[in-house]
Amino acid sequence: MTTTDKFVKMVEAIALFLAVVGLILFLASRFSGRKGDRVVAAVFLLPTAVMVLVGLVYPGVRTIYYSFFNAAGTAFVGMDNYQTIFTSSDQRTVLRNTVLWVVVTPFVATAVGLLYAILVDKARVEALAKAFIFLPMSISFVGASIIWKFVYEYRPDQSGVQQIGLLNQLLVWLGLTPQQWLINTPWNTFFLIVVMIWIQAGFAMTVLSAAIKAIPEDIVEAARLDGVGPLGMFRFVTVPSIRPALIVVLTTIGIGTLKVFDIVRTMTGGQFDTSVVANEFYSESFRSANQGLGAALAVLLFVLVIPIVLYNIRQLRASEGR
Amino acid sequence: MTTADAALPVTSTPAVAALAEASGKAKRKLTSPWASLAALVIAVLWTLPTLGLAISSFRPAAEIKTTGWWTFFTDPQVTLDNYRTVLSTTGTGGLGSYFVNSFVIVIPSVVIPISLAALAAYAFAWIDFKGRNLLFIAIFALQIVPIQVTLIPLLTLYVDGGLAGSFWSIWLSHSIFALPLAIFLLHNFMREIPRELIEAARMDGAGHVQIFFRVLLPLLTPALAAIGIFQFLWVWNDLLVALTFSGSSSDVQPITVALANLSGTQGTAWHLLSAGAFVSIIVPVAVFLSLQRFFVRGLLAGGLKG
Repeated sequence: MTTTDKFVKMVEAIALFLAVVGLILFLASRFSGRKGDRVVAAVFLLPTAVMVLVGLVYPGVRTIYYSFFNAAGTAFVGMDNYQTIFTSSDQRTVLRNTVLWVVVTPFVATAVGLLYAILVDKARVEALAKAFIFLPMSISFVGASIIWKFVYEYRPDQSGVQQIGLLNQLLVWLGLTPQQWLINTPWNTFFLIVVMIWIQAGFAMTVLSAAIKAIPEDIVEAARLDGVGPLGMFRFVTVPSIRPALIVVLTTIGIGTLKVFDIVRTMTGGQFDTSVVANEFYSESFRSANQGLGAALAVLLFVLVIPIVLYNIRQLRASEGR
Repeated sequence: MTTADAALPVTSTPAVAALAEASGKAKRKLTSPWASLAALVIAVLWTLPTLGLAISSFRPAAEIKTTGWWTFFTDPQVTLDNYRTVLSTTGTGGLGSYFVNSFVIVIPSVVIPISLAALAAYAFAWIDFKGRNLLFIAIFALQIVPIQVTLIPLLTLYVDGGLAGSFWSIWLSHSIFALPLAIFLLHNFMREIPRELIEAARMDGAGHVQIFFRVLLPLLTPALAAIGIFQFLWVWNDLLVALTFSGSSSDVQPITVALANLSGTQGTAWHLLSAGAFVSIIVPVAVFLSLQRFFVRGLLAGGLKG
């Protein structure tokens, strides 16, 4: 396919789509009054309803169903796939890694974001200083992974061979031996987590900085007159005031981390004991052709996300109610 | 200059000076040298990895492979060859066609879901019908479905429908996955528009379609732009959806898939990866920076009421 062909296809698709929308609007404009309302609502909602039913509801139910079947999807196996997830040693490594990711990433990313937001608050170059931390957020996970893979790059430790990765060169400058950061278990998982922290700290900083700026000036002033020091200010004024924002940031990063796939796949492909549930789902479904286990892993992801989302919504409600 | 004029600045100077001194004191307290140093360390840690790859992308391939990028400062060698190779649409290492695919994927994947979500959000916000709340809660709840749960059955449907490995499978998937959140956000924006405005238009005999276009759409532009940016970044940066539905067809694969594959090969081709990653990064960063105004305005529009 040539470049022109592709763009022609794209324009055709948009034209077709606009024609459908035009038809919907035409139908809607033919009806008025109370009864017409129902028709208008129906045609406005129809495309969404069809897409969501066919693209989300049906596949979701189907996947849950498949999770009780064998690798080829031909024989019912009950809870076997779920048993495999919790008992096979490979799968337990996957679970252990996922727990590490979800526990470490939100807290470290939020801590760094909060610290930086406080440090640069009201500084003369605040906007510029924030941009440095913020820009990784608009980069793809694949791009971020490549950036960090280059930092971790390892060259054999021989005379005449220079390190090209920054981290190993730092070790060389300090007189230490270069390490294979992405291969040595179990620490390699932490070096992957660093990438996610690097991306998410900007999100934490942006939201928390806005929350800090919303703290009423008189509270800060009153505390200062009472002789509260910087640490006391942080402990007794800043953190309690931004608590709802903190929880929203933690849970949002937690949900994103639970589904992390791109980083693991781009940096190690899940090898060297670095796989996580979302990556294992992909490997089992598309590489090992184990449909049943893949489906069970997807369902596990679904089940794990639900409590965090519910907690997140409750906190959002609580913070809006203030 | 009269004496009165001259006296004014003289009398006001001490006050200004005192103010400046007070604010200066406050500033000094907030930005102690240790705080500045800590902020600087974080900023450097966050920038250095990107800088390393950026510098590398301008170095000759042989140099990248054998020496660290920091040698650039003592022995600067600059070339645009990496970018030339990466941007070409032919030859080995040419990633140009994948960039084209990314653009072809992203535009309909932003336009389709946002248009459909605007229609649905209007129905939820301003039309009374039976079961409205129940339906809205159902759509809202669907946000939590991880896309992993839907991938395989959806792929089977595309195969059966003859759409597998085509742009259509990717456009439709991105649109489906975007709908619940887009409807929820747009609904919230629409509810904040004063009821009197809608009622007045209705009194004038305007139908739903006219109200939608003449009253709501102009007011919603910032919100639509903000959601559009989110969706653009999401689709441009996506790997999972593209990997699943483009299969092995290089006619359809976006740049993220090409880069991920390139990064997984033995003897990493850093000259291609660095330049390729940079071109793929520039697009979302440019979109984000140039439309940041809308982004902020959209967020403020949402936050003013409520």
